[in-house]
Order: sequence, then structure tokens, then C-alpha cells
Amino acid sequence: MSKNTAEVVIIGGGISGCATAYYLAKLGVTNIVVIEKDYLASGSTGRCGAGVRQQWGLKMNVLLARESITTYENLNEELDTGMDIEFKQEGYLMLAYNDKTVEQYRKNVALQKSLGVEVDLITPQEAKEIVPYLNTEGLLAATFCPTDGHINPFVTTNSYGEAARRLGVKILTYTEVTGIQVEKGKVVAVDTTRGKIYTNKILNATGGYSREVAAMAGVELPTYPERHQILVTEAVAPVQGPMVISLQHGIYCQQTPHGSFIMGFGDPKELKEHVISSTWHFMEEMAHRILQLLPPLAELRVVRQWAGLYNMSPDAQPILGEVPQVHGFYNSVGYSGHGFMLGPVTGRLMAELISGRQPHMDIAPLSLARFETGELLREPSVV
Amino acid sequence: MEDKDIIICRCEDLSREDVRKLIAAGYTTVEEIKRISRCGMGPCQGRTCQQLLAREIAAMTGKDVADIAPGKTRPPATGVKLGALAKGRDDHE
Repeated sequence: MSKNTAEVVIIGGGISGCATAYYLAKLGVTNIVVIEKDYLASGSTGRCGAGVRQQWGLKMNVLLARESITTYENLNEELDTGMDIEFKQEGYLMLAYNDKTVEQYRKNVALQKSLGVEVDLITPQEAKEIVPYLNTEGLLAATFCPTDGHINPFVTTNSYGEAARRLGVKILTYTEVTGIQVEKGKVVAVDTTRGKIYTNKILNATGGYSREVAAMAGVELPTYPERHQILVTEAVAPVQGPMVISLQHGIYCQQTPHGSFIMGFGDPKELKEHVISSTWHFMEEMAHRILQLLPPLAELRVVRQWAGLYNMSPDAQPILGEVPQVHGFYNSVGYSGHGFMLGPVTGRLMAELISGRQPHMDIAPLSLARFETGELLREPSVV
Repeated sequence: MEDKDIIICRCEDLSREDVRKLIAAGYTTVEEIKRISRCGMGPCQGRTCQQLLAREIAAMTGKDVADIAPGKTRPPATGVKLGALAKGRDDHE
């Protein structure tokens, strides 16, 4: 590549940035630079709960997740880096404790089935066959999709990064973007702690920092960071196949292929700012909630807790596409906690868009403009 | 003794050969190696392996071991059972 120019500059070395870089290079785009402030997967991607599911209530989310999971199923072969993304495909068990949720799940399952997802509404007894130590007291029903699962976000992101490098992508880690230059409504350059790069195309894939990075280009995003906390236990022999989720309790819990249990919950009182410290309140509250559902976990020792940022959008759906008022400024942001699981498909869609192709799925409903027209999307099934 | 027989991380069973391969592949910080290999993510939380890992990184990158940044220390200080945590919550509710 010539010294200080790039065809495309991608800001952010998480799943979105690395997957988009890989698919762009695969489409034949040369001279791509990825800029990452720390190291790959050091932000939201590497802090996520690592679950991947197709059990959504919005058609678009089901379609995105379905394609993403198919891609993940074949990703080791596709990327061919010798790395194993550790896809444990033993399902998601989603629990319902009130009539309203049962009704929603009934609709979700009908939608998911119509789109070809293997999923069923099941009884508490059937749920107990899948997770024998599940406390079914008060449980009305559950849904189960056996092809959902768990994937290692660090290895996945690094594998995308490695495959992208092999195709000629330049990845600058420990490099921070300090400014974006726009002239006459067009992107012209990115300033970094390692110098200026001239480019006409920038992808903002900065997760929790999407609003701040967009502001550098004079673009106002309605996204904001929201802290989410997680804990992980010591590793034990495999006893739990699926991710267990209860939207009422706001919790999720999965045993990783390594044997540890990873769990988190959505706390409506969480800080909506750039804070990734951990709290003792979370530890106690998480323990209390999970033991109501999965009592034998009481004997497991918590070895570590951490936090990361969801990049929230007003309707909890991603914002994808080019910004009309700044030509060449693209966003792949606002994933609201689901960026890792959608990464392969949104990466491909953004690569198609940035390289001037027609995206293979209609992503117009995910444009930034929806917050002006009021055509918001509402996903009913989120933690 | 061969590198494959020298254990760096006992919890996650990583040898000196394993970590040296990662350093050679470009993962040259404690944080990156922790995430890609789980070195230091076990019950001891890096108390044993982290200094050994820092020494390997220093040796292979030609830096002083004092210049290798330690990994982030995360709570809790020692393993605590979920049952004890839940009881703690109930006690002050």
C-alpha cells in the first residue's frame, strides 16, 4: 500500500471491524486499514456473554442470526487460520414465567419456524429433560432451539483478523483515532496517534465509543454506552448443554466448552456511561437470581467478574449504513448487546455496501434515518 | 527439560512451548495471551503464571521484564461460592 492512504479505514478491532475487513478483502478491495486503540477484541466483543441465538421476535433479527450461525458453523474452514472458535452448539433454552411471555414466545416460535429455524415451544417437563437441575417452580413453558450456542469471541475475532491480514489487510493495534477530517461533506482523512491516513471511506465499528467517534466526523448518533456485568465460575465437568435465559429474571447462564459457567443479567439501573468497573452488588444479585433457577450452582466458586459496554441504540437495533450528510462515513454500531452474534452477517453486509455492491439483505430499515422518520424497530425478546 | 514439559499456567495447562508459540505469532502482552489462551484465567487468577508469562514475553521481545505490563486484576480476590454470595445478599436485604 502507498504510505499514507487507504481505500477503506475501519475504526475498531472488534468482531464488526475484523469481520468487515475480512469480507471486504475477500470481495477484492485492497488497501484496507483497521485501527484499534488497544488489541483485537479488547472492547465490547471480548467482554460479551458469548452466546449466539436465532430465537428472536423480529423477522430481521431471525434472518440475520440464522445466517450468522450458518456462517459460524463453517467459520473454522472458511478462515483456515488453524484457530478453533469453539462453537458449542447445544441450544438456547428460553424460559417463560407469565402468560404474556408465553404468548410472545408462541408468536416468536411461529415466526422462527416459518423462516426455517429448528425451534419448539416446550413444557416445563421437557425443559427439565434438557437441563435436569432446572427449578421448574412457576415455569409455564419454554422454547428451545438446538442450533443456538456459545462461541469464543477472542479466538473468533483474532481468527477473522488473521485471515484478513493474510488477504493483505493492515491491522494497526495500540493506535488511537484522534480526529476525522471532512471536507465539503466528504470524508478525506483520519488522524491517529501514529499519523494521518488519507481515505474516502471510513467505517465506524467502535462499539461503546460509536457516538464519540461519529462526532469527530460531525455526525450525531443517538447511541450511548450501557454497562453490563458478567461473572464466571471455576470449570467443572460438562453438565449443562444450552444457554438458559429468563427474560423475566433478566438473566442468562451458560456452561462454556471449557467447563466454567458464565452468567449475567440486565440491570435497568446500570450506568449509562463509560464505566467498566465491577460491583459487589452485581455479584450478590446475580448469585441470588441464578440460584432460584439453577440451585445446584450454589456450590460453584466465582473466580472472576468483569464488565463491558453495550452500545445501545434507541430501539435496541443496530444502525448500519452510510450517513447521508457525510459521504464515505459508514456506521456499524448500536448493536445493543448482540453485535458478536451478528458479526459475520453484518460484516458481510457492510463489506458489500462499502465496496459499492447491493447488500444481499435489505438493510434500509436499519439506517440512521429511522430515528428521524420514527420508523423504529422493536425487538420484544432482549435481556 | 523441553519447553513442552515446562508448565507456565497450571490451572489451564499451558506449557512454555504453548506460550512461546503465541508470542512468536505476535501476541506480546499479558492481556492478549490471557484472552487467546486462557493463561491466568483459572482458579489462581494468574497469581502463579503471570510472572512466568511476563518473563517469557520479556525474553522473546528483548524487553526488560519490568516493562511488561501486568494483566488486569479482577475481583473477587479469591474464589467465592455462588451460595455464599446469595446468602450475603439475603442477609442485608
